[in-house]
Amino acid sequence: MQIFHRSTNTISRATLFGAVFLISFVLWACIEIQRSPYVTYAKVVRPQPVPFSHQHHVAGLGIDCRYCHTSVEASSFAGIPPTKTCMNCHSQIWTGAWLLEPVRESFRSGKSLVWTRVNDLPDFVYFDHSIHINKGVGCNTCHGPVDRMPLMYNYASLQMEWCLDCHRDPAKNLRPRDQVFNMRYEPPSTLKPLTLDGKQYTDQLSLGVDLVKKYNLRTVADITSCSTCHR
Amino acid sequence: MKENGKSSSQGACSGKKNKLMFETARQRLAETTGPEYWRSLEELAGSAQFREMIRGEFPQGASEWLDSVSRRGFLRLMGASLAMAGMTACTKQPLEPIVPYVRQPEDVVPGRPLFYATAFSLGGYASPVLVESHLYRPTKIEGNDKHPASLGGTDVFAQASILGLYDPDRSQTHLYLNQVRTWGNFVEAIRGPLHSQKAVEGSGIRILTRTVSSPSLADQLARMLELYPQAKWHVYEPINRDNVYAGAQLAFGQPVDTQYRLENADVIVSLDADFLYGGFPGITRYARDFAKRRDPDGGEMSRLYALESTPSSTGAKADHRVPMRASEIEGFARALAAALGFNPGAGTLPHEPEVRLVGAIARDLEAHRSRTVVIPGDHQSPVVHALAHAINQALGNVGNTVIYTDPVNARPVNQTASLRELVADMRAGKVDMLLILGGNPAYDAPADLGFADALKNTSVPFRLHLGLYQDETAELCQWHVSETHFLEAWGDARAYDGTVTIQQPLIAPLYDSKSAYELMALLAGQSEASGYEIVRGYWQKQHSGADFDQFWAKALHDGWVEGTTFPARQVAARPAGLPAPEDSGQGIEINFRRDPSVYDGCFANNGWLQELPRPLTKMTWDNPVLIAPKMAERLGLASEDMIALELNGNTRVAPVWIQAGHPDNAVTVFLGYGRRRAGRVGTASGFDFYPLRASGSPWFSTGLKIQKTGERYLLATTQGYQTMETPNGDTRPLVRSRSLEEYHKEPDFAQEGKPPASLTLYPGYQAQYEKEPYEWGMAIDLNACVGCNNCILACQSENNIPVVGKEQCNKGRHMHWLRVDVYYQGDRDHPQAYFQPVPCMQCENAPCELVCPVGATVHSTEGLNDMVYNRCVGTRYCSNNCPYKVRRFNFLLFQDWETPQYKMMRNPDVTVRSRGVMEKCTYCVQRISHHRIDAEREKRRIGDLELQTACQQSCPAGAITFGNINDPNSQVSRLKAKSRNYGLLEDLNTRPRTTYLAEIRNPNSELES
Repeated sequence: MQIFHRSTNTISRATLFGAVFLISFVLWACIEIQRSPYVTYAKVVRPQPVPFSHQHHVAGLGIDCRYCHTSVEASSFAGIPPTKTCMNCHSQIWTGAWLLEPVRESFRSGKSLVWTRVNDLPDFVYFDHSIHINKGVGCNTCHGPVDRMPLMYNYASLQMEWCLDCHRDPAKNLRPRDQVFNMRYEPPSTLKPLTLDGKQYTDQLSLGVDLVKKYNLRTVADITSCSTCHR
Repeated sequence: MKENGKSSSQGACSGKKNKLMFETARQRLAETTGPEYWRSLEELAGSAQFREMIRGEFPQGASEWLDSVSRRGFLRLMGASLAMAGMTACTKQPLEPIVPYVRQPEDVVPGRPLFYATAFSLGGYASPVLVESHLYRPTKIEGNDKHPASLGGTDVFAQASILGLYDPDRSQTHLYLNQVRTWGNFVEAIRGPLHSQKAVEGSGIRILTRTVSSPSLADQLARMLELYPQAKWHVYEPINRDNVYAGAQLAFGQPVDTQYRLENADVIVSLDADFLYGGFPGITRYARDFAKRRDPDGGEMSRLYALESTPSSTGAKADHRVPMRASEIEGFARALAAALGFNPGAGTLPHEPEVRLVGAIARDLEAHRSRTVVIPGDHQSPVVHALAHAINQALGNVGNTVIYTDPVNARPVNQTASLRELVADMRAGKVDMLLILGGNPAYDAPADLGFADALKNTSVPFRLHLGLYQDETAELCQWHVSETHFLEAWGDARAYDGTVTIQQPLIAPLYDSKSAYELMALLAGQSEASGYEIVRGYWQKQHSGADFDQFWAKALHDGWVEGTTFPARQVAARPAGLPAPEDSGQGIEINFRRDPSVYDGCFANNGWLQELPRPLTKMTWDNPVLIAPKMAERLGLASEDMIALELNGNTRVAPVWIQAGHPDNAVTVFLGYGRRRAGRVGTASGFDFYPLRASGSPWFSTGLKIQKTGERYLLATTQGYQTMETPNGDTRPLVRSRSLEEYHKEPDFAQEGKPPASLTLYPGYQAQYEKEPYEWGMAIDLNACVGCNNCILACQSENNIPVVGKEQCNKGRHMHWLRVDVYYQGDRDHPQAYFQPVPCMQCENAPCELVCPVGATVHSTEGLNDMVYNRCVGTRYCSNNCPYKVRRFNFLLFQDWETPQYKMMRNPDVTVRSRGVMEKCTYCVQRISHHRIDAEREKRRIGDLELQTACQQSCPAGAITFGNINDPNSQVSRLKAKSRNYGLLEDLNTRPRTTYLAEIRNPNSELES
């Protein structure tokens, strides 16, 4: 006796065949969602009490990163400037601007400004700014073109694959230490070669390999050990 | 051999075979040269329960779901959640605020901790400490390494005091008749009564404090008494030094403090003094000096005789430990004095073996004249103290190993008498204002004085309690003023050598609270004086030069005030005779001791201390009655049996714990438990023995009656948990020890069973580490370790380790990354004890790594066995495969993620673990990272001993050494090169990075035979 209709064969074949694609699609979609700015907030501007423009202050006025982020060379934490740092200038200029009222209010009342954290790593990850700066990793390598960000967003996904991408091959991102805070730094090319210690470099890789030695970087095995970042 | 083979080939004759097996067993025993070690009485008896414990990774029941929801029901409920378990990593991170300063203080660099010197006081004696501060949140206590009273070490109480600061159960408001009041209300309320006292010169004012060593507070009190000449200052603390001062009075006619110079002592005799555990004045320095003289490879090793009425860590370190009833110590001291040639009056005749002991100790003391020391226990009778002074003088020890100074205590009166006088005044209606500054006398005063009753039933019109908690005393006072914690308040205090440390606050008071200094200022009429002004003002008077600011800054920075150390005093012994010995009777003796964890009850609400296994019993959360095995047998008692203790008509019911090495015909009870109003942690935990304690005999008393009630009580002890399996028993003992003599004959005895380097199948295995700049390793010197438990708490504080509670402890789910195992050797009545701190061994060939299905535990290039919490899925395979049983699993959500105070306390450099995650000792990898980054930035290598693990840094004895074993000149490499160095279970070829230096004892050959 025939219980199933003849077409069931075709349908089941199609289902089996289709399931492969469906499952693959679901998995792919999950992975893409996980990597998407929806989850990582990459390039998503966050709400802030004052619409502070890095573009204006860095590119426009030429203020060095370290004027505000004072502990970036000495500590794991780069530092968020206290209200006093803002008021160093803004007690002289734009003293009446309504946009700056929260800043003045904070200074008057002694209550801190509450910013939203932009580059936020998970709590089980321990990142240290000072050692990256010291080994020749530029600010904009990770933070992106901050001098072109009217409102701040995180440039990278800050996911582990992104960290490891560099930790597995740091040479591709290193630059001379005096260029770390240079927002418009360009890697050496045949058009714009870079001279360091009397040697001319025309590509990033040869420069990076030499900087790895010069700055005494730990081996890839060392800096990809779990306890480098997790503890 | 031949016969062996023959009999086994015959095989059929079972009787013969049995006999043969018996023979081999006996033969094996005879062949065994090493001593046999055991951890608990169950192990000694070889009980089935113990065998079970050894096999499992956790004790039976720890890994099962035994709560009201059954495992099956749980799985059904959680089915959906389990299916989605993998998705937990996909949560979106919430947006987080980031809050900068308005004006950033100059010296703060966010991300880098600052350290401030201050002092923690207990019993009036200050422990100089350095407190780690992250953005002005104190997070960790370290010893002040520059201060001679600390040398970097701390004790358990100082270590745990940080938890006290953040205790959410602390008093947060001032109270009047249980109604919340402000400080202003109080100021108003006290004005009237104080004013009316002016007229009568303060004759109705009584101030009751704990022991005060603070110069500024003592000065305030003195000036208060000038202002109100008829007022009285009483002092009471349950763990007092009345006998010490009475003994000094007897010997010298004046109270003095005695300091010991253990680094000069060749022979130490402890007359029931537990001078190597927290709470003894000067412990941190004594432990360091003692350990220094216990190195068998450097200089002459000292010898310690300990006579003790209850097993203690000091006794465990002794070369000769003699269990003795507390009341017999006096007779022994008299006999010892007599043997040394002076007549201290007729002694109660010691028993036969003691004569031999007395003779041997006396000869040993004679042979090392001026390089010996006799230390009496604080709770021993004044006569014992006087005898100890006399012996020390007669042997010429004074000036070499014994130094007398002025008492650190600003008012060395007899505290029991002081309290008795106060109660009498209260009952006579002479007291109009009772000001209780700290302490909890309603709970801890001797029962026969009836202090609580007097407080409740006499009509003292104005009763004030200043305290950290709204405790039993606060309940009986109309006014309760919330007291500041020592980390929130200005003050000063003297260390055991008299040196003053300015107690500077690390944080502004968390709640509306006041210090005793500020309260005293109010009473003296300066209501607005802040603690800072008071303390600074006092020192300005002492040092009135123009350079005061510099003097003050230096005192705060260094952690001590220059020139305040007490000079040694010359005191002449009075030849006056001692009172004739009294017959203490032959009844059962009861010893009252401070608890090794909750002290007199003031730390009852401290979860770290509650859960800290006591040094020898490994008891947590309770204070059972300790009893000797022999006595238990006689009375038909087993551990956990409830008994009724009757003394002078008062009865308390408590459980029994059989403790090997306890003297017979005596029991020990620990004070400080059974609190009614301690807080969520301490209330109703354990048993209160203060009602049995009489003011006439506060430390020991005979005539105790014991009756079994027939009930049982569950005690949570960790002894026997995490026992390492040694199938062949003695062939690879975990603790290795020899006498000094044997060690000289056979220096490499500890190397037995060490696998040759060629054993591994992977040649060049070692080479992968050799090119690394750092290769981390640890050496623990068992000879130096005094079992003070400090490392456990230092680790707990540094690594955010949670407290799990009594029920979970009993299931073996406690979370301490570092445990201190106790091994006993010999018979159960006179065992020798050994301490062994066990952190993760960081095996080079780690068995845990092979079995992790998700790679959550892997090796770092520097040889660390990394634990990656965010990868861990909680299979627990790793702990199952760990032969050392050092891995801990978060069976439940043990961390408190909600209480805001605890969030401030945590070390920001260490991940706070959640449920279902395995964790273990990391060698303080956060400290390694910090130092490595600092060193790399400065283009140098990490210096030796610059980087210290938490357990190492505050170890008072300096028993733990951590460092780079790739550097042959590092301290740790030098220790590992010693012949005493051995690894645990080394024959498994795990190649542990943590190794031990075998323990060497220095017994008197005269007593050995």
